[in-house]
Amino acid sequence: MVAYGKGLVQDGDFSRVVRKKSGQPIERCYQCQKCAAGCLLSEYFDYAPNQIVRMIQLGLRDRVLQSNTIWLCSGCQTCGARCPNGVDIAAVMDVLKEMAIAAGINGGAPGGVSSFHQMFVDDIRRRGRINEALLLARYSLKTHRIWADLGAGWALFKKGKLPLFSSRVRRRQDLHRLFLELDRQQWGELA
Amino acid sequence: MRLSYYPGCSLEATGKEYDQSSRAVCTALGIHLAEIDDWNCCGATSAHSINSTLALALPARNLLIAERAGFDVVTPCAACYNRLKRAEHALRHGQDPDRLVGSAFGDFQGKITVLSLLEVVVKRVGFDEIAAHVRRPLNGLKVVSYYGCLLVRPPEITGFDSAENPVLLDQLMTELGAEVKSWSCKTDCCGASSALASPQVAAGMAGRLLEMAAEAGADALVTACPLCQTNLELHRPPGTPRIPSFYFTELLGLAFGLPGVSLWLRRHLVNPFPLLQELTLAY
Repeated sequence: MVAYGKGLVQDGDFSRVVRKKSGQPIERCYQCQKCAAGCLLSEYFDYAPNQIVRMIQLGLRDRVLQSNTIWLCSGCQTCGARCPNGVDIAAVMDVLKEMAIAAGINGGAPGGVSSFHQMFVDDIRRRGRINEALLLARYSLKTHRIWADLGAGWALFKKGKLPLFSSRVRRRQDLHRLFLELDRQQWGELA
Repeated sequence: MRLSYYPGCSLEATGKEYDQSSRAVCTALGIHLAEIDDWNCCGATSAHSINSTLALALPARNLLIAERAGFDVVTPCAACYNRLKRAEHALRHGQDPDRLVGSAFGDFQGKITVLSLLEVVVKRVGFDEIAAHVRRPLNGLKVVSYYGCLLVRPPEITGFDSAENPVLLDQLMTELGAEVKSWSCKTDCCGASSALASPQVAAGMAGRLLEMAAEAGADALVTACPLCQTNLELHRPPGTPRIPSFYFTELLGLAFGLPGVSLWLRRHLVNPFPLLQELTLAY
């Protein structure tokens, strides 16, 4: 770990860990910026995709995990499909999100993107399928946007697009087993 | 033709008319769909954002159930298709590092494959058969075909159409008699994944697509994704063109003259009837 001025901390191991977890050849990036050129979301990012890759190479762990880029990336895969060096950048972004959650960083995540994802996965754990009406309602309540989201919810509800009751998985023991196994592995990893 | 059908969660709610039109069009084309017994959510964007193992295991359970039934899997939803297809790819290539799927659900033999409904219609049914079913050609309807991200990327996994300039949806619409406009946004992201957490981003992305579609001279977009369709109609920013987005199955149903079309279209948030009435396509 090397610390520079203005809180710039270099973590020599960061690049190796991201490379291993994502399986992506991050070191091959030579900054052609084709990923950034095709990224439609980059205007909302604090760092463009090529900058994220460069910062990983440099071991700038905190800056990367705190950026809003990793959360706003929609995973559209345009960057990876065009990368001349075969780096699947969206897969790297997913690994960075997992690492940010593990480190307790919600980053520049606007409106708590990670808490939305967690809610979504909790719904699957409980019901096996997503009830869009309940998910929308719970997320709006949690983010205190119930009034702002009410209009959209009502528009969908009127059209019969948000049924309050929805189907669920019958054999929930399957999901129970899956999540149990997943938890066991995660604890194994931490131990 | 018999196929296992995976509707996915959106097709039971925001994309209800996509489910209804998909089933009706398949019946008309002689495709027998049997819903995968006790299917679960594919995990969508959320599972792969926070847990890569879960993102593989959730769709894998569906594939293993479908394999026991013995028929290839078809799904209309582009997002479900992408997750199921990735799981198929990972299981085929032995990429289940933690042996999670095998230990939880058993092993995948690789006897079945995952298909998008667009792929089934274009490649397994074919344009000749489609043309033979057209009773009410969509004359005068100017559309742009909008694939979005998940049907065509990553190309090594999806692979049924070009990743940069896919053309099958254009050809299908031409077979139905529509006038397909050329534009450069076919495979651009619509921003739907930001719809709840950062609605202003989703609106910006949707607005850009609608502006570009209008500039290309289109009266409507044609999609194959419930998330794109909802985002384009629900998050359209004020002041941008009020252009309807159709599911490709709705336009197939319209051109085939199927009953029930108006019930599907009535669910849309951007009313498509004025456009269809102007072109005397409504019935």
